[in-house]
Amino acid sequence: MPKLTIDGREIEVEAGTTILQAAEQLDPPIEIPRFCYHERLAVAGNCRMCLVEVEKMPKPVASCAMPVGEGMVVHTNNANVRKARQGVMEFLLINHPLDCPICDQGGECDLQDQAVAYGGDRGRYCEEKRAVEDKDYGPLIQTMMTRCIQCTRCIRFISEIAGTPVLGGLHRSEHLEVGRYVNAAVSSELSGNLIDLCPVGALTNKPAAFTYRAWELKRTESVDAMDALGAAIRIDSRGNEVVRVLPRVNDDINEEWLGDRSRFAVDGLRRQRLDRCYIRKDGRLVPASWPEAFAAIAAKAKGLPGSKIAAIAGDQADCESLLALKELMASLGSAHLDCRQDGARLDGSVRASYLFNSTVAGIETADALLIVGSNPRKEAPVLNARIRKRYLKGGFRIARIGHKSDLTYKYEALGDNPAVLAEIAAGRHPFFDVLKNASRPAIILGQGALARADGAAILAQAARLADAAGLIKDGWNGFNVLHTAAARVGGLDLGFLPGPGGLDTDGIAAAAGKGDVELVFLAGADEIEMAALGKAFVVYLGTHGDAGAHRADVVLPTAAYTEKSATFVNTEGRAQRTKLAVFPPGEAKEDWKVIRALSDALGKPLAFDTVGQLRGRHPLFSQLDQLRPAAWAACGTDGALLDKPLVSSVDNYYMTDPISRASKTMAECTASFGAGCGCNHKKTGTHG
Amino acid sequence: MMLRDQDRIFTNLYGIHDWGLKGARARGDWDGTKAILEKGREAIIEEVKNSGLRGRGGAGFSTGMKWSFMPKAAGPRPHFLVINADEGEPGTCKDREIMRFDPHKLVEGALIASFAVGANAAYIYIRGEFILEAKHLQAAIDQAYEAGLIGKNACGSGFDFDLYVHRGAGAYVCGEESALIESLEGKKGQPRLKPPFPAGVGLYGCPTTVNNVESIAVVPTIMRRSAAWFAGIGRPKNSGTKLFCISGHVNKPCNVEEEMGIPFRELVEKHCGGIRGGWDNLLAVIPGGCSTPVLTKEICETVLMDFDGLREAGSGLGTAAVIVMDKSTDLVRAITRLSRFYKHESCGQCTPCREGTGWMWRMMERLNKGEATIEEIDMLQEITKQVEGHTICALGDAAAWPIQGLIRHFRPLIEAKIKARASSAA
Amino acid sequence: MSNETEMTSFAFTPENLDLAKKIIAKYPAGKQQSAVMPLLDLAQRQVGWTSIAVIEYIAQMLDMAPIRVQEVVTFYTMYNQRPVGKYHVQVCTNICCLLRGSDGVGETAKQVLGVEWGETSPDGQFTLSEVECLGACVNAPMMQVNDDYYEDLTPDSTKAVLEALKRGETPAVGPQNGRQFSAPEGGPTSLTELTFGTEKA
Repeated sequence: MPKLTIDGREIEVEAGTTILQAAEQLDPPIEIPRFCYHERLAVAGNCRMCLVEVEKMPKPVASCAMPVGEGMVVHTNNANVRKARQGVMEFLLINHPLDCPICDQGGECDLQDQAVAYGGDRGRYCEEKRAVEDKDYGPLIQTMMTRCIQCTRCIRFISEIAGTPVLGGLHRSEHLEVGRYVNAAVSSELSGNLIDLCPVGALTNKPAAFTYRAWELKRTESVDAMDALGAAIRIDSRGNEVVRVLPRVNDDINEEWLGDRSRFAVDGLRRQRLDRCYIRKDGRLVPASWPEAFAAIAAKAKGLPGSKIAAIAGDQADCESLLALKELMASLGSAHLDCRQDGARLDGSVRASYLFNSTVAGIETADALLIVGSNPRKEAPVLNARIRKRYLKGGFRIARIGHKSDLTYKYEALGDNPAVLAEIAAGRHPFFDVLKNASRPAIILGQGALARADGAAILAQAARLADAAGLIKDGWNGFNVLHTAAARVGGLDLGFLPGPGGLDTDGIAAAAGKGDVELVFLAGADEIEMAALGKAFVVYLGTHGDAGAHRADVVLPTAAYTEKSATFVNTEGRAQRTKLAVFPPGEAKEDWKVIRALSDALGKPLAFDTVGQLRGRHPLFSQLDQLRPAAWAACGTDGALLDKPLVSSVDNYYMTDPISRASKTMAECTASFGAGCGCNHKKTGTHG
Repeated sequence: MMLRDQDRIFTNLYGIHDWGLKGARARGDWDGTKAILEKGREAIIEEVKNSGLRGRGGAGFSTGMKWSFMPKAAGPRPHFLVINADEGEPGTCKDREIMRFDPHKLVEGALIASFAVGANAAYIYIRGEFILEAKHLQAAIDQAYEAGLIGKNACGSGFDFDLYVHRGAGAYVCGEESALIESLEGKKGQPRLKPPFPAGVGLYGCPTTVNNVESIAVVPTIMRRSAAWFAGIGRPKNSGTKLFCISGHVNKPCNVEEEMGIPFRELVEKHCGGIRGGWDNLLAVIPGGCSTPVLTKEICETVLMDFDGLREAGSGLGTAAVIVMDKSTDLVRAITRLSRFYKHESCGQCTPCREGTGWMWRMMERLNKGEATIEEIDMLQEITKQVEGHTICALGDAAAWPIQGLIRHFRPLIEAKIKARASSAA
Repeated sequence: MSNETEMTSFAFTPENLDLAKKIIAKYPAGKQQSAVMPLLDLAQRQVGWTSIAVIEYIAQMLDMAPIRVQEVVTFYTMYNQRPVGKYHVQVCTNICCLLRGSDGVGETAKQVLGVEWGETSPDGQFTLSEVECLGACVNAPMMQVNDDYYEDLTPDSTKAVLEALKRGETPAVGPQNGRQFSAPEGGPTSLTELTFGTEKA
């Protein structure tokens, strides 16, 4: 471990550490200014802002790239270094426009901040300034390329992390400009991260352009519920409006990235919102008060046996409401409840059978991977970037059973028939040996493989493979179910599943269609076939005027994930809690409160009055931000596999739930990029 | 005393003789190459070290020393030799003559050098505009393959060696060794950060030595005639012969191979017919390609043309491309033209060079027209200092030095333009 | 030669495809990206310029992202991003040529061809470019026409070369003043004592 001296302070660091990193390891740390350097991207060393002086070296060195050496004596803030920085700062500013007052980056701009800290107090440049044509990066990213300082962070991100290399540095000298390949769109599902990475205002948030100043926004640290990953987010709001969502650092889950749907669907939080109760009268939904709505439900429920009542929970239902609704159903005497609106053949009996056991971060240590019925790029783009990261390190064989598409890494396409899985599980396929011989083999089982009639059989085959190929061993469980719904693992953990003799989603729909079930509660369930519910009386609890509300007889408005403190369990089994950033609109209320109040109206008051009491009723709520070990056991049910192709459960990445379906931005993305995955690589006349 | 023809290495410099294999053999090339290889890697490196050969591409680093940085034992990664034939420094046109008229010197040198650094393959990166030169070089390589001089069991030595020509496509910066490697890998020619150096991580991430054409082409003769012979020419630490390219305002511009350390005045009077209009008509000299600072007539009276002689004079030998300017020269315009060149050739990667070269050029344009204030000369000097030493590669330095040289030695010429403009306006 | 600004498709001719394979084979397996520059050159020789169609074709051939090929095309000056004339006349105006009269060469070329820097003559025959040092400095001033260097130019000899090209002739390349390549005018001052029996006639 080399020892060096930085500004007179000695430190010993790992060999291979750079000077910049070593300076940050000091206590208190020395932060060396930088623009191009980013700890999660390859080192470029081009901005020259991080120049430091090292004794016995003839020239200042870029501290972001220079590895430490034994006995090095580094000066990060002497007169020479300050002069060098000031010079670099001046060069960066000569061609940068002075449009800070109208720049959306203003107030959170590295260039602005560092100009104040390290720049001169006046400009000396009186030649003509450079103007660069703006580029079309699609509906999410506003470009103002004259502001670009050519740090190449965006190029590196889109090439290295996102794996969709469409940006490059074109031309040279002072004409070097960042541009998009003419025949490609910036259609990465991770493209919004370019905005965060851009140290200046060259790439900004297009949907939110010119609508806010950074310093006006209230910041709320929360957790994403737009997919099952549970990325750490920051909700920036002004008044009672969410302006934007940004990722926070959480190395266990999202590092510091966020998918575009999670970031940009926020306009959907303002559109088509249910902000009051409705009751269907003469075929039309008419506004109603809470007491009126409850009375209508109570009238229907009166005298109805539990066997004629059912509940289905949707993809964004939080754990508090799931537990409350489960208890309400119990008190109503109903066993017909299900959190699997997609009909996934998972049950709650073996927890490890429905979790992403390797953990999201752990996938980086896997050395062989089989993907079954999943498109991780669409279902969890941030996770997909992890798989790519692992892939780029080499020594990682990936195979996929399912629809063939660009996942941003190479894999062996094994066809799309589930029979291939059985072949592998039986050891009759060459990929079995790949898994068997790997030290940390893994499988990712998507909802596309589970939410089908033979889902239980596929699960059983996957479990057999896990046992046979050694996916589960000391300190390693490579059996991974990738969920797409933020609500799902919580629902399974809480047992929001059919009780003894109870019906599942399909069963409820069938029974409702036949009139055997007369009252159905939909807790944000919008993805089921509404027509199948027949003449049942439907109570919809939710946020948006989506499919469920349109079918409902009574609509009860509830809070979106940005409007409440609620618990979600991610695909790994990690319980996390959101924070209230803005209040629910109009008369909408937090979901659990609605259910609690409804229980009173139904004459079955639930046994809690506060959220604290509610959370005290299940251990899940007391184990936030941690992973509980899940024991492995056989799962699934042996059965015939259908001769039906495996496809991802997500068709259009940009529209998966009531919020994103209400989002104009997501609609524009769908129009520009198709369903995601870069599937609509724009064809032009140059294609044959 | 002038270098004797017998001590000249590039005996077909003017293309009088057959450049093909037959002609090359007649001039002594490929004579006993196998025996040279049989001396072994270490012995060859030692001999080249002892010859005092310093890199002919501009930096002047000991060639033998550079070779010794390559890993001694063969590791899992192959070694490469890359020959820098991206001759583009304004004023410089020596490698061109080697490649079109003496290509076998380079091919033979490539074999010996590759053997010495443990490389079984070498690439010659030749600037794209040298199309004829690339053709001659390729023809020479083909002849050498056919004669068994290179390829499998080269010269019967048991050493397998492949040699390829790779053409550039118009980028001065690719003369920088790491930019050249990037370019050879099929990317933009943007210099890499160092460390790591090519000897550790070079072409395709493998140990790589990059040498100039002339440095490689003199090696076979050194090996045949001995290190002592080469070291006996010139001055200590500045030994050997050197191709000089004398352009500009001499009566007879030419390339010539001369002894290192030859006085400037002798060089131009012996070979170039003297300064146009006589010695007293001399204004200034750029002694080593356009990146080296300009010298005054006074300095040129006595300066010796080698690494140390020119360093002591505040400039450098560079590529030994001597650009002579007589008193008719608009020196400010000439340096402005160079500033435009550097602005055009900057790779654009790092801030000081990308932004600084454009700024310096625009100021030079104004100074050239006199549209400036006297104080702006000092400001320009400061800006050159802000670029110098702060860039990834030496192009930033190279852009700064000619301007610094101009201001240092010829500031009155700039001021005169400013004053003339001011008075004509008034 | 393509005179279209929009080239809709590109493919190597069978001969060039063969050549391309040989070029790719010069580089180690898996390092085929190294061939991007020679292949772009080959394509440009086939159709005159490096269009988007060329970029796509070569990107696919070398398994590169097209943007990486486009970066290369826009970085190096020798790739024509637009069609050029049958003769691409490139006049060096860098310092050595400047000192020896490239102003006159440039002016003469503009006059004879009736174009300014960067323009193509209306008949599509000539494109005139001002370029940086071409590495023939002791034979300054000089210009390159397609693959060939014309050196030691004067306004008169510049005119003569260009007029000859206009007439469809092939003027002798190299020094236009009768000089032996880069030897001093009037004859070498060195290498006069050696004979090898291989002197050219």
